[in-house]
Amino acid sequence: MALDRGTVGRMAVLARIEIAPEELDGLAAELGSILNWVEALAEVDTDDVAEMTGAGRSSAPWRADEADDGGYPERVLANAPEMVGGFFAVPKVVE
Amino acid sequence: MRDLTIADVAEGLAAGTFSAAELAEDRLAALEAAAPLNAAVTATADRALAEARESDLRRARGDARGSLDGVPIVHKDIFCTEGVRTTAASRMLGDFVPPYESAVTARLKAAGAVTLAKTNMDEFAMGSSSGTSWFGPVVSPWKAAGDDRDRVPGGSSGGSSALVAARVVPGATGTDTGGSIRQPAAFCGIVGMKPTYGRCSRWGIIAFASSLDQAGPMTRTVRDAALMLGAMAGHDPRDSTSADAEVPDFAAAAAGDVRGLRIGIPAEYRVEGMPGTVEALWTRGAGWLRDAGAEIVELSLPHTSCALPTYYIVAPAEASSNLARYDGVRYGLRVGAGTVDEQFSRTRGEGFGAEVRRRVLIGTYVLSAGYYDAYYRKAQRVRALVARDFAEAFGRVDAILTPTAPTPAFACGERSGDPIAMYLNDVFTVPASLAGLPAISVPAGLDPDGLPLGLQLIARPFDEATLFGVAGTLEAAAGFAAVPGFVR
Repeated sequence: MALDRGTVGRMAVLARIEIAPEELDGLAAELGSILNWVEALAEVDTDDVAEMTGAGRSSAPWRADEADDGGYPERVLANAPEMVGGFFAVPKVVE
Repeated sequence: MRDLTIADVAEGLAAGTFSAAELAEDRLAALEAAAPLNAAVTATADRALAEARESDLRRARGDARGSLDGVPIVHKDIFCTEGVRTTAASRMLGDFVPPYESAVTARLKAAGAVTLAKTNMDEFAMGSSSGTSWFGPVVSPWKAAGDDRDRVPGGSSGGSSALVAARVVPGATGTDTGGSIRQPAAFCGIVGMKPTYGRCSRWGIIAFASSLDQAGPMTRTVRDAALMLGAMAGHDPRDSTSADAEVPDFAAAAAGDVRGLRIGIPAEYRVEGMPGTVEALWTRGAGWLRDAGAEIVELSLPHTSCALPTYYIVAPAEASSNLARYDGVRYGLRVGAGTVDEQFSRTRGEGFGAEVRRRVLIGTYVLSAGYYDAYYRKAQRVRALVARDFAEAFGRVDAILTPTAPTPAFACGERSGDPIAMYLNDVFTVPASLAGLPAISVPAGLDPDGLPLGLQLIARPFDEATLFGVAGTLEAAAGFAAVPGFVR
């Protein structure tokens, strides 16, 4: 399927990846050719086939609902680009 | 000390021929000499020397921990290592220093292994050449005869495969999502093993596609791979997909024989455009196993051609979700800007390289409203058919033999402009990944230009023991002894 630059732009917004306007056409062609190639799957008969979500066990294991880790904020924050008073800091989101 | 295998090192340390500290220093010098390969992102000399000295002290006390105690290895830079920068070869994590140690590297450390370095790779493990790294491409120690161009080591675990092939270390860790251990092993003339999904804990491995990612060993012999996997494998409640399965003595299994086993040859792996030398080696491999007493069975895996397109929907979808965590807030790169949304977009726009960006966008597309059923749900259904083909085949055979990759290593930069040509490298490795099956690449010969070729074996879930047994037989028959030009 052919992708247009508008669609690539919308995906970039959804994915929160800034893309320069002059890159959109090239990316549209590139991603379009990949989508074209994977579209071969449409030909495969998958009626009555259940989706396979993973290769391992079919359900997640249970455990007691108890905290078993934590209590070391300084380690959690050690890689923070910016922190204030023991918290991660971001630009103001609420006026 | 250059040509020692893990088993040789264990013997030498036990006999007192050398100490772990002497070996670590010698191998650190070899690592420095291998700098032109650009295979290491971070050398961990301090950690290595400390671990080696502890190993020597344990041994002096009579407390040595087994075959890996004192053995120098390297880890793909996708395993979090406590206090040692871990980057996934991305600008996004260029300064990230994990406050914890991954389950697999912690197990190897507990077994006494000595970590010399973190190895270069494709960014976030997305690639088949180790050329998408923020730190520049890895160069293979191999060259084609009469052709001076640098060759790719394969990917994404190409730094690991290059250092094992270059005789810097006898073993390395890798991760394999669609072939990232097996294809670089084949390109570099070494053994690379992807265990059953769930065999090794994914805890502390930087996630790419969580339903596919598995850690595994990269070594020069099948026995060494078995020794390493024995230390890496085991249940871990911190990874909900980790299997609570018994870990058998893999090294003992590697000595097993193939008499009475049935080995399948899938017709669909005879793809168009495959070089005659790859096909000839495959036929030779089947002959070796037949001569050793196995029965060769032609079989069909009808959905093989669907596996690669399925993978290139499923893996990017999972990647787009996993990589959403890189937002410049808690760790990693931050590119400051006005609003928090602008900060997210600039951080991710500058932090991700071209291939990662491509896959996150494809993943976002196939998961987005209106396309989810046609792409993602469809791919999950076809994935079930690929897995069903294998399940049916394993009703008739004990293992499946295929080439590992359709070609030998290509020249650096040769396929970087064409994503789909690059994706086709994984045509033989992706099906077993989708089905979660254990698979191993064994170096089996050279192409006419002197570049290594690998053969792949695939087995039933959690039947690594049979896999190692057949691989050991294949290895003995192939007698691969070629050494890359960089070493000579």
